[in-house]
Amino acid sequence: MIEVRNLYKSFEDKDVLKDISTTFEDGKTNLIIGQSGSGKTVLMKNLVGLLEPTKGQVLYDGRDFVGMSKHEKVMMRREMGMIFQSAALFDSMTVLENVMFPLDMFSSMNLKERIHRAQECLDRVNLKDADEKFPGEISGGMQKRVAIARAIALNPKYLFCDEPNSGLDPKTSLVIDGLLQSITKEFNMTTIINTHDMNSVMGIGENIIFIYEGEKAWQGESSQIMGSDNKRLTDFIFASDLLKNMRQIVIENGLHI
Amino acid sequence: MLIEKWLTTFGRYLMLMGRTFSRPERFRMFFKQYVKEMAQLGVNSIGIVLLISFFIGAVICIQMKLNIQSPWMPRWVSGYTTREIMLLEFSSSIMCLILAGKVGSNIASEIGTMRVTQQIDALEIMGVNSASYLILPKIVGMITIMPFLVIFSSAMGIVGAYGTAYIGHVLPPDDLTLGLQHDFKSWFVWMSIIKSLFFAFIISSVPAFFGYTVEGGSVNVGKASTDAVVSSSALILFSDVFLTQLLS
Repeated sequence: MIEVRNLYKSFEDKDVLKDISTTFEDGKTNLIIGQSGSGKTVLMKNLVGLLEPTKGQVLYDGRDFVGMSKHEKVMMRREMGMIFQSAALFDSMTVLENVMFPLDMFSSMNLKERIHRAQECLDRVNLKDADEKFPGEISGGMQKRVAIARAIALNPKYLFCDEPNSGLDPKTSLVIDGLLQSITKEFNMTTIINTHDMNSVMGIGENIIFIYEGEKAWQGESSQIMGSDNKRLTDFIFASDLLKNMRQIVIENGLHI
Repeated sequence: MLIEKWLTTFGRYLMLMGRTFSRPERFRMFFKQYVKEMAQLGVNSIGIVLLISFFIGAVICIQMKLNIQSPWMPRWVSGYTTREIMLLEFSSSIMCLILAGKVGSNIASEIGTMRVTQQIDALEIMGVNSASYLILPKIVGMITIMPFLVIFSSAMGIVGAYGTAYIGHVLPPDDLTLGLQHDFKSWFVWMSIIKSLFFAFIISSVPAFFGYTVEGGSVNVGKASTDAVVSSSALILFSDVFLTQLLS
């Protein structure tokens, strides 16, 4: 479980995050949603320590990450996995080498065991026959799956995903969403997904935090979105006329999605 | 204002070097990277070093013969000056300037691209000291391979000079041999190697700094690459003056 307490982040005079307090639970897909520039990525970077909060606490199962020494943070990060928007695979390494990288760095396994584990992770994300390919030779969806395989190689307790569906077609997005949700359940991880993909929100959002101009404007489950009276949230989720009309029909007819 | 900016940049450079020169997390991985960097930065530069050194050696020899040698000068003067120029300045300093362009832009753009595509962030999230993992093997690899490049360059320069003697018939080969052997000081070879070690550090660490600290997109990576080459070239020239004075 990750707990955020009164988190603030400012860049020079600009307050990007204002008093964010929330909890991300184990075994659930926690989603951070919001418009571009609302502070989602800054919040995630504060959670993983790529940025230092101006004020506030981030507690990993009760351990204060912000107050940790550099060495403690490094050790803590070995319990984290992260999937970046761009996949961030190492260009100079093959798919297999990318997945093996965390094992090479931090595990005490021998070469045979490391290869076996990496292949196990690639199988888990349904990626076969791509071991010897370089990231530039595979599709965006495959790159994301390699990134997931790399992130789970060391069995992390916490998984962070920064817009994992960005640049993917809806069908591939669903595959990635399904994969993230099943991995979360399987390993009982605390998964935090930063997204503005509405399919993800409605499909796998078990705990959704809506950020509006740097503040937490709403928190709940996907099933609660439809009937929410938070205007900022509904304006964001049902931005198009089509979705607005669909919502109207759902509410008027008492339907459930 | 400009001094403040320079001092800030220098401070950031020192801080990055502080992170770079820390104990590698896994020596196995460090060694793998070290060998890879030696091949990529050093071995892959041998061709250009040999090519340039051959022609420069030949040109220096021709210039000396045509412009310096006269009936009042000893026969060995062309060979002697060719050797001294190759050994004292070209193979150590000028060749490093050329490498600053080739290797420097390679390092800055590689690390810069890793920065803007979040590959460095990915390393940090895994708990890897990205500075040490990426930069240290480049510095150590470059320092290891540089003395060999200096020796290859000097040797190829002399081969170039012999080319003018045997193929171009600019001067008799015996005169050239006499000059090359005249008053040889082995210290000059060491001086050349010592200078090149400093330059190897500059060529690898300065572009790495510019690449590592890049912000933005591909335009900024290009700019960082140019800044890296300009800065490392200027630093090589600047330190050459001090090193030459110090070691002579």
